This record gives sequence, C-alpha cells and structure tokens, in this order.
Amino acid sequence: MPRPTGAAHGRGAAGIYLSLIVLIPLAAVVSKGFDNGWDGFWSAATSPASVSALKLTVVASFIVVAINGVTGTLIAWVLVRDDFRGKSIVNSLIDLPFALPTIVAGLTLLALYGPRSPVGVDVAYTRIAVGLALLFVTLPFVVRAVQPVLIELDRDMEEAAASLGAGPLTVFRRIVLPNLWPAILAGVALGFARSIGEFGSLVLISGNLPFKTEVSSVFIFGQIESDRVAAAAAVSVVLLAISLVVLLAISALSRWAGRHDA
Amino acid sequence: MTPSRVSRITLRTVALGYLAVLLAAPVGLVFYRTFEHGFGPAWQAVTTPEALHAFWLTILMVLVAVPANTVFGVITAIALVRHRFPGRALLNAAIDLPFAVSPVVIGLALILVYGEGGWFGSWLADHGIQVIFATPGMILATMFVSLPFVVREVMPVLREIGTEQEQAASTLGASSFQTFWRITLPAIRWALTYGVVLATARALGEFGAVSVVSGKLQGQTETATLFVEQRFHQFDLTGAYAASFVLAMLAIATLLSMNLANRRKRVAS
Amino acid sequence: MPKSPSRIRIAAVAVALAALAAGVAACGSSDSKLSLVVYSTPQEAYEQLIPAFKKTAAGKGVGFNQSYGASGDQERAVEAGLKADVVALSLAPDVEKLVKAGKVDASWDEGRYHGFVTNSVVVLATRKGNPKHIKTWDDLVKPGVEVITPNPFTSGGARWNVMAAYGAQLEQGKSKQQALDYLDNLFKHVPVQDKSAREALQTFVGGKGDVLLAYENEAINAQQKGQSLDYTLPDQTILIQNPAAVIKDSKHLKDARAFVDFLRTDQAQKIYAGKGYRPVVPSLVDKSKFPTPPQLFQIDKLGGWSSVTDEFFDPDKGYLVDIEKAKGVPTAK
Repeated sequence: MPRPTGAAHGRGAAGIYLSLIVLIPLAAVVSKGFDNGWDGFWSAATSPASVSALKLTVVASFIVVAINGVTGTLIAWVLVRDDFRGKSIVNSLIDLPFALPTIVAGLTLLALYGPRSPVGVDVAYTRIAVGLALLFVTLPFVVRAVQPVLIELDRDMEEAAASLGAGPLTVFRRIVLPNLWPAILAGVALGFARSIGEFGSLVLISGNLPFKTEVSSVFIFGQIESDRVAAAAAVSVVLLAISLVVLLAISALSRWAGRHDA
Repeated sequence: MTPSRVSRITLRTVALGYLAVLLAAPVGLVFYRTFEHGFGPAWQAVTTPEALHAFWLTILMVLVAVPANTVFGVITAIALVRHRFPGRALLNAAIDLPFAVSPVVIGLALILVYGEGGWFGSWLADHGIQVIFATPGMILATMFVSLPFVVREVMPVLREIGTEQEQAASTLGASSFQTFWRITLPAIRWALTYGVVLATARALGEFGAVSVVSGKLQGQTETATLFVEQRFHQFDLTGAYAASFVLAMLAIATLLSMNLANRRKRVAS
Repeated sequence: MPKSPSRIRIAAVAVALAALAAGVAACGSSDSKLSLVVYSTPQEAYEQLIPAFKKTAAGKGVGFNQSYGASGDQERAVEAGLKADVVALSLAPDVEKLVKAGKVDASWDEGRYHGFVTNSVVVLATRKGNPKHIKTWDDLVKPGVEVITPNPFTSGGARWNVMAAYGAQLEQGKSKQQALDYLDNLFKHVPVQDKSAREALQTFVGGKGDVLLAYENEAINAQQKGQSLDYTLPDQTILIQNPAAVIKDSKHLKDARAFVDFLRTDQAQKIYAGKGYRPVVPSLVDKSKFPTPPQLFQIDKLGGWSSVTDEFFDPDKGYLVDIEKAKGVPTAK
C-alpha cells in the first residue's frame, strides 16, 4: 500500500530536520568530548566527582520514572474513565510543570518542602529533594502518553470480559494494561531522558553538594565554569550513551510487550 | 470496565492526593505569590515594555518551534510505526535524546555548530546570518528541547489503532493524503493535542538552553523565562511570579483551545 | 500509506517561516548602539550610570544595548561571538580569558586603576541582629553554626569566599596546612552549595543557615531591597576588584573608551558607592560606610588567580575536591 516515493520524501525531510536541530549539534558535543583524545575523555568521565554525580543521576532517574509509570497511569485512568467535579481543571494543570520557568519551580518547591515549610516537611538539600524536583518536572509525560490511548481504546473487550465474570482488576491487568504498555513505556522513556538532563529546577532545592546531592548536569555546569569544556562534553557523552542504552532497552521492551499481548 | 464505586473513589483519591502534593501546591503557591500584594503590582510587572517584548518573543518561538515539531513529529511517528527501514530502532531511541542533554550543553552544542568558530560558523558569517545570540539560535534551542513530544505522543496511538481502516480506505480508492486526513488524523487527534500542548508548554518554559544562546540583550533577545530570572536577580519576586503566572496561563489556554478544536472536529465528523 | 506532498509543503512553509524569523532578527540587531555586557549584580548601578553618561559631552546621542548575566556566562558568550563593545565582569580572570581569546587588548589592566572600576570585600552576612554573634572567621566553625556559600566549582564568586577564608588564616599567622585544615572544617559546616551567589542569598533569606559568605556590595544591595540581614566585616578579608574593559574590535571604539573612562569619574564612582560598591578612587571612599579592615589582603598575596585556580579548584586534583569528598563520604552510597 505505501507509495515508497512519498514516504521516502517525508522521511528525508524529517531526517534533515532532525540532523540540523539535534544530531549535528550532538555530534559536535561528542567530538568536543574527545578533544583531548580517548585518555582525556576517559579521565574526565571517570573522575570520582563525575562518577558520583552520574550514579546519583541515573539511580534517581530510574526511581523517579518507576514512580511515574504507576502514578502517571493512575492519573490518566482517573482523568479518562472517572468523572468528578473539577476534572477539567485538574486536566488543565497537568502540563504546568513544563511551562513554569525552572527557577520558579525550584523556588516554590523550596518554599513548600524546604526549611520554612508550612506543612512541616523539610527535605531540602537531600537526595529526596532531587527525587521530588524530578517527579515534578516529569509528571506530565506518562499521563499525557497514556491518556490518548485510553481515550481511543475500544471498551467492547472490557465489557465482554466483565460480562464473562472477570473482576475489574483482572480486566485491567489482562485487557487494559497490555494495550497501555507501549504508551506507558513511551512516557517512561521521555521521563527518564528528561531526568537525566534536568538542571534548573534541581539547583535550588538539591543544594548541589558534590558527592552527595550534585547531579550530573550541575557537575557539567561546574566543568564549563572551570573552563573545561572538553570534560563537560565528555560527561555529557557518557550521559547520552547511558540514555541511549536505556532508551533502546525500553523500546525493545515496548515491542516485546506489544507483540506478547497483541 | 466497571470497577466498584469504592475502588473508583479510592483510585480517584490517591491520584488527586498525589497531584495535590506534587502539582497543585507548587502551582497554587505561584498563583498566590503573584497576587499576594494585590492585582496592581502583578499587572504592572507584566506590562512593562520589557516584559511585553519578552512575552512576544516567547510566543514567536512557540509559533515557529511547535508547528515545525508537529509536522516533523507526525511524519516521523508514521515512519517509525508503519515502515521498516534500516536504523529504525536507533532513530526511535534517538528521538528522546534531546531531553537527556543538560540545557547548558544544548547551548554549548549549538554554539559549537552555529557560533563564531563553529562548524557552520564561518559560512553563516560570510552570508551575514547571525544565528547564535539572535532569535534564530533561540528558536533552534527551543526546537531542540520540544522535539520529541509529538512523535512520542502519536506513536502509541498509531500502533493501537492498527492499519485496517487505512487499508480499507485505500482499497476503496482514497489517495494516501485523503486516507491520512480522513482516517489517520481523526484517530490520532487526542495524541496530537497532547503532543502539541506538551511541546508548547515546554517551549514556553525553556530556560537553560535558550539562556546560553540568547546573549540576554534586554528588550531584544530576552524571553519570558529569562525575564523571570532577571527579575529574580533584582529581588523582584512579584515580577518573577507574575511572569510565571502568565506563562502558566498561556499553557492552559493552549490546552483549552486544542480541546475546543478537537470537540468541534468530532461534532463535524 | 503516506505520500503527502502537502505535508512536505507544510514542512517547507515551516522552514520558510523559520528563515523569515531569522532574517528579521538579523536585520533588527544591526544598529549603531554601544553593546554593554555586564555581570548581574550591578544592573541597577548601570541603569543610573547610562543616563548620567548620556548627559556628558562624550555621551551625547550614544545608545545602549544591555545584557546582564552571571560573569562566567557573559564571558563565554562574548568569547563565542556575542556582540559587545564594553564588558564589565566580576573578576579579572574573566577578562583575562577574553584577552586570551583575542577580544580584549592585553593592556586593559594598565593605567591608574589597573582596569578596575569598583572594589568590594568578602563579608559575613548574618541574621538581623546577629543572634549567634558571628564576628570572626573562627566563629564560623563553632559547633552548630551553618555557613552558606555557593558551590566553588559552579560559581566564580564562591572562589573569592574560599580564598578569603584561607587567606584570613594565613594573615592570622597560621601555616598553610592549618589554613587548609580550616577550609576542611569550614566546609563541614556548609549544608548547601548553591549554583550562584544570588541563589545562595535566596537560600539564606529563605531561612537556611546562620551566616552567608557574601560580597559586601551584594549584602548592601540585599538590604536596600528590603531583605532582612546584617553583615560583619571580619578583621581579615580579601579585596575584590571588579574590572571593566573595552572590546578591541569594537565598531564604536571612541564611545566605548569614553564610557569606560566615565565609569572612573567621581560622578560615576558615587553612583556605584550608592549601590554598595567601594569606589576605586581612594578619595571617594566613605570610611564610615566602607571601613578598611585591619588585615585586608589581595589575591596576589596567595599567588594570584592562575596558580590558585590550579591549586584549589582543579576539578580533578584541587584541594577543594578532597575537601568536598571528605565531606560527602559519610552519606554517599
């Protein structure tokens, strides 16, 4: 059915666009990372402070997206299948973590969950704060990925299963969830990538303590500030490589889940 | 699926509780701080010529970056879901990479390519085109950070709806454009909506990458988020919060207008 | 399925739109104004200095583009091609980088004031009324005292604080090792290390910590902005000098030079002083507002910035890395 020429044209245009905006600049970063050869790259990427920041970033990102996968799906389900007063208001708030300037996000999180917290919760300058800030800025991803799939999902199957005596949980697990997996994983992948690179909202509330709450993007910023652009690029390349591996794994998982249940 | 009333309410409570702690409280605080000293100071803060120019510039960036990313996103999503080609898995993973790059590094990357002494720097300079420290560079940064959304939103739905209807239409003699317009587009419209809304919100709120390539010239290359930071530095928190409030409102307005367009389309079809 | 010539058309339109925006922007930015690239803190001083300059004979009819941001960011932007005629940065090493990049003439620091337009010192900012009676460097390392200072790896400004603390020990007759031990001890009292000086101040006024290491001008600026804090000038502290320089390939060299010269006139120096900076013109320093601490030292006494940067702030082997590491270990995974 596809007429190859048209599809090829579209792909070509998309490829040029992706190259100009993303791939060529990223290639520049990679090339900069190897400015001082392989040794320079390796020593920059494996310095103790860098490794500590990388570990924190990756571990925190994993935890955050795992939480996102569950809460995001739940929120999407409530927004699509449930009905209550004020639902549309809740729905319109979901995207705000993106629209708020990161410095303001940092300020408000600090005001709410910092030393002068009105609710008595002070997690500022700890690793929990890192997680909290990341949860805030990645909140929309899974919700917005799952929502449209749930809207489009045919409910006949669910009703059929229910009429055959399957409980709600079984219906969700056997019928709904398999259809949602690709969307959940797509949202998780985006959230993971965003967590890896996040900077602005973290800097105020995390405290940036090296070896403790300093994430990679702050470490990278410090390298740039110390005139070590090549080292900054090297750490970025490591982050990119980790992300790429994780993203490939997630997309493989997504394909596997899709094939398995379809 | 019809879960019992109790479990429905439990789920609702958990979801809303989570949102209240993580989302509504911070956003509510921004709104509160904006109008803490009344409507007047907030209004004044966002209607200075500098502020208005900053908003205008931000909207310009959204108007260029989001449509470009939408077109790219739909084409790429269709290619990734409906076609098999070499490097597909890699491309699929690479789409998300813009997020994994720290904002300062995005700025750095753009400077390395389009800046003075960069890969394309001298060619651009010879042709009198200034990209970095001017609007084009800031648009590039905005496109970079908001690129993955539409692709990622549309792909799961495309996969979910399958190709039966499209095939049927094309068997009945519909051109591929007709098939896209009549069958595919209506099916992905909610995904497209959320992709566009997310990309818009992200483009509105982007700070780090834009800040590096803007040069921060007051009244010229200062976007709304840069304006917010500059107000913060001047201890004008009302101004900073008020400008954030406007950005939040712009994001909500985008969502509402997309929803409206969606509903109208559904009524029409 | 997708043939879609129309989608390609849409893409073409989008690209054209982007190009149009590019064209418009490119035209808009070419004017005959003086471009001023300045670090964040003195913004308000410049908002008064510019109109004052325009009233002088040399400044008549001169227009200005202004950019304010973190000193290091601004320096990198100019190096990467941000159009500038005059730069005013927070520390001399940032101007030296521009000399290396060929943007500023090496002779910028010649002349009576060595290229500087303002001075300041590192002070100890405390809560209103100084409830913990923090007056000396030793008070900072007493049990239970929390010290706020930005992360020395991300904030150029924080490096002045570190060197002030270190140099103050040497001034008190301590050995180099004792001074390093003091730094080690001091950083154990630092619960937060913000990215920049402004954010550290935000953290402090937000309720964290007992004392903030800050520049005198920033402490004064914060007070003028209604922030609730006091500050103490310790007996030993470092002299901070803020440079301004002309970009050598400026198209408005004459106006740029006139402006930098103007910054050192009595009139301009008084405007700076009003915003908390110590004038570089000695006769204008109001001793009641800006007393000279008994043991004021300069960075040159510690070896100058280039050697200090390697010794202390090298991200691989500087002293600060070990200090941070020792601090982070107990809680690190």
